[in-house]
Amino acid sequence: MKFSRVVNLLAMAAILCASAVGCKNPQRVTPIPKQQAAAPTDRPAGSLGDANPINTVQPTPFDPAGAGVPSTTLPLNTWQAASEQPFRSDTVYFDYDKSTVKPGEVSKIETVANGMKSHAGKALRIEGHCDERGTEEYNRSLGERRAQAVREHLVRLGLDSQLIDTISFGEDKPGEPGHTEAAWSKNRRAEFILLEPPGGSASAK
Amino acid sequence: MKLKSFCRHFLTTVVLATLAAPRVFAQEIDITGTVMGGFPPPVPVSISGFTGEVDSVLKQDLLFMGIVNTTPDKAKYLISGSNAGRVEGRVIDRINKNQLLAKAYTGGTQRGQTHALADDIAQLITRKPGIAQTKISFKVETGGGNSEIYVADYDGVNAKSVTQDRSLVAAPCWSDKSTLYYTSYKLGSPFIFSHQLTTGARKAVASFSGLNSSPAVSPDRSRVAMILSKSGSPDVYVGNPDGSGLKQLTSTREAESSPCWSPDGRTICYVSRDRGPASLYAISASGGSPRRIQTNLAPNPTEPDWSPDGRWIAFTSQVSAGFNICIVPSQGGDAIVLVPGEDPVWAPNSRAVIYCKGRDRSKTLSLLDVPTKQVKTIARISESNSQPSWAR
Repeated sequence: MKFSRVVNLLAMAAILCASAVGCKNPQRVTPIPKQQAAAPTDRPAGSLGDANPINTVQPTPFDPAGAGVPSTTLPLNTWQAASEQPFRSDTVYFDYDKSTVKPGEVSKIETVANGMKSHAGKALRIEGHCDERGTEEYNRSLGERRAQAVREHLVRLGLDSQLIDTISFGEDKPGEPGHTEAAWSKNRRAEFILLEPPGGSASAK
Repeated sequence: MKLKSFCRHFLTTVVLATLAAPRVFAQEIDITGTVMGGFPPPVPVSISGFTGEVDSVLKQDLLFMGIVNTTPDKAKYLISGSNAGRVEGRVIDRINKNQLLAKAYTGGTQRGQTHALADDIAQLITRKPGIAQTKISFKVETGGGNSEIYVADYDGVNAKSVTQDRSLVAAPCWSDKSTLYYTSYKLGSPFIFSHQLTTGARKAVASFSGLNSSPAVSPDRSRVAMILSKSGSPDVYVGNPDGSGLKQLTSTREAESSPCWSPDGRTICYVSRDRGPASLYAISASGGSPRRIQTNLAPNPTEPDWSPDGRWIAFTSQVSAGFNICIVPSQGGDAIVLVPGEDPVWAPNSRAVIYCKGRDRSKTLSLLDVPTKQVKTIARISESNSQPSWAR
């Protein structure tokens, strides 16, 4: 009993001793020399890199003028949806991961082609969409290809290609929110939007 | 007998006293086993002396740079320091006791100082560029069908929006460390813009009819690859940084997507569904015939990203159960399936990857140490976070 108390004291002494040695060595506590040749870094010793948050400023409005801007095509992106939308029920649906127009969907495109005859001075936007079962940019391209497949049909039926714009939203604008085949089949689609020039149809010549 | 008992008792007391010192192990990692793909195994170190956020940030930073905290007896290097006031740290080779690094950090926040220390340690031990002070950019769905571009530290901290357009954005890509390229629908169609973050200047890079998307700035920043559909289907183009001097690289009837550059800037890898399901292809950046990149064991590859060291292409594979993050040798071959998720992007050290996971409308970003498959989910901003880009 006594002996073990002695042992405990010895042990504590040993630990205290060890920490005392540690304290005696200033290297242990405040070791930081000004220069360290061993440190392979581009930055001066002890300095921070670009760890600070990026100093961002309020962005300017988008400047549409740029080298990549075409001067020849009609800027249909500035046209707006007409107040009357006659082709809401003619949305074309696609098979999974496909951009070919199914035979059963062709009649809707014919309906739109005929309908456009009574909308002189207006244009058409075809919105391509995908279900969520693809990656984002893959779907953005697939949605565009779907819209373009429908556009090709319309041009074959006699519509002016300059008056048909295509836009892909990929999977960004699902028509149905669910995660089932029932929802997905509704989301793989091309919608028709009737467009009028900026300022309304009155300004169309 | 008595002596033996004395020794045992003495040793037990000392050992217990040592164990009583608080020490937290973030995770158990097998540091003895071989690591797949020829990646260097994590370097074992023992980290002591730091507290709170500094301690956890340092350990996480090092984990994604191939350095793992373990017990002192298994450690190759001993990392010690303190964060009372400024962050100080030093590295000692455990075997020969040489001090290899000793630094104190001033300025910024303690978190920033910790990142700087982590980068110095990583560069010293792994001879790879540090990633702790790098930035990411990504798409944030903010509700109401809108999305904005955000930037943040690589670990998701200090996130801030760089757009407030209340429109749709897509696929940000870093050029230099203060310039982003991305697609915005703000002007009515998906156009590609460059955005200088420090001046706020935004210029159209491609605004043709149809789709203008997926800008990818070359490693030397002299060219931009992108997807344009002006010729009738989405194809790969390459142009100057301002969008001039365009050259069409593919002319398939089907859709291409997601171009990315080899680190030498000579080759572009992209996705095409020209011959059926999605596949990866490589094409000379100056034009030519595409070559298919096999991704055996990983069907429907999309969203490729070439590692900065040139060895790997990370990509998303789609199977019936969902999406997986995979890597394949850059010349093609057998792929390695890593974790469930989408859109992997390499860190500058060609070891860590950031990717997104989860269902549409509620995706989160996550960091992945490719060789060990250790992951760390980043706090989600608003509704859904996706399409990360790593400044490198």
